[in-house]
Amino acid sequence: MYVAVKGGEKAIDEAHAWLAHERRGDPATPVLDTAQIREQLTLSCYRVMAEGSLYDLDLAALAIKQARGDLIEAIFLIRAYRTTLPRFGVSAPIDTSAMLCLRRISATFKDAPGGQLLGPTFDYTHRLLDFTLLANGEAPLKRDERDSLAKGMASQSAEPLARVSDILGNDALLQAEPTGDEAPGDLTREPLEFPADRALRLQSLSRADEGFALSLAYSTQRGYGRNHPFIGELRVGVVEVSMEIPELGFSVVIGEMTVTECETVNQFVGSRKQPAQFTRGYGLTFGHTERKAIAMALLDRALRWEELGEDNVGAPAQDAEFVLSHADNIQATGFLEHIKLPHYVDFQSELELVRRLRAEAGQ
Amino acid sequence: MGLLARSGIEALRDAWGALNLSPEFEWLRAPETGAVMVRGRAGGSGKPFNLGEMTVTRCALRLLDDGVIGHAYVQGRDRSHAERAALADALLQTRHAEVVQRIVIAPLAEQLAAARAEQQDKAAATRVDFFTLVRGEDQP
Repeated sequence: MYVAVKGGEKAIDEAHAWLAHERRGDPATPVLDTAQIREQLTLSCYRVMAEGSLYDLDLAALAIKQARGDLIEAIFLIRAYRTTLPRFGVSAPIDTSAMLCLRRISATFKDAPGGQLLGPTFDYTHRLLDFTLLANGEAPLKRDERDSLAKGMASQSAEPLARVSDILGNDALLQAEPTGDEAPGDLTREPLEFPADRALRLQSLSRADEGFALSLAYSTQRGYGRNHPFIGELRVGVVEVSMEIPELGFSVVIGEMTVTECETVNQFVGSRKQPAQFTRGYGLTFGHTERKAIAMALLDRALRWEELGEDNVGAPAQDAEFVLSHADNIQATGFLEHIKLPHYVDFQSELELVRRLRAEAGQ
Repeated sequence: MGLLARSGIEALRDAWGALNLSPEFEWLRAPETGAVMVRGRAGGSGKPFNLGEMTVTRCALRLLDDGVIGHAYVQGRDRSHAERAALADALLQTRHAEVVQRIVIAPLAEQLAAARAEQQDKAAATRVDFFTLVRGEDQP
């Protein structure tokens, strides 16, 4: 049992004042502007938005600044803020087929219709430190060269890029996605209970800690619930968000957002009645967060074992209760870090017990 | 309304400044910031699920001289952005519609189209062709 303590107000105030001072760092260095964080540490902002489960780049940048770059602390700030917002409604499901793709690759078809667009990627970089950045220099942007290159090539057509999964789906080589329009459960409104349906699992995975999702997804690749994933398609880009406005009685676009979508094509299922088909895993995350989206797709697929009639081999990634109950880094860090707080009374009782046991043993 | 919601705060402010109209109005709903739960679909085309929320600011107002009502639901937390969007929505239903269309809406549409085209060009410049290499196992 936790017994509360009181006191220490002055020390706490002093500690917070020092924290503010430390956050600012050496006053001889320029102040970090939230616009700089938003524009230059964008991938940190995306992670904070994805795991904070609130799409607002400026707030993510502010949270990162306030948290001194501690991303889980920043996610905590965003989660706390979102609880203060009234819910205006729910959007229509975003249409990722109509995405303006900044990046779109397929590891299954080299000639995917619309082509493979690498976009702004770290892939194929040499992972060598660029010391010109350390010297605060920037390599000159080869803008003119790139612009002329872009103009010389056929522009991305105004037509949306076809989904790779549709190509396989058309020949029934890929299992069709179950369709429907029933309202999904919302774990921000109702506590997560098990068994959790796929909609709840996807919501939970989309806001899951990237490190946790990555490690568990990796465990499936190493054999703990292996499901042989191929990246059918990975796309990063901008989608419109629309919502039906009650006072107008029709749907309008209320904004747009950058999202990452990953569709995996996995080991097939089949039976005497049903010819063999590939199966799917799905990842969708706020921002350009592709490591997370891929991990989400692998975990989504692993958690579908029952629905797909596979064996539960006892792998951690197949255990929805294990995965979803431990995926949220704010829940996890809340419980983990609370043990730093004073536990003097509980410890005293344990201490008494150990002393008594020792005394009894010594008699 | 969609265009006004997606426009940058500065872009709408500048276009609004160029319009040089300041109609009197009363609030039906003063600007307030809240969240909208954004949904996705499993597999992109399957059943819906809740992806996460986004910040949205909304307001509604009535023009005093002709009673026309304007609404706004705009992404983000900027109240003045929502106010301008609602005013533009109202004015588009009045005799000022043509001038609002010409001075506010058309330039914003152009800017968004240009930004979109630039992104598409940049992405097109990173289009890649992969070749699979012969590995040689079949050769004698």
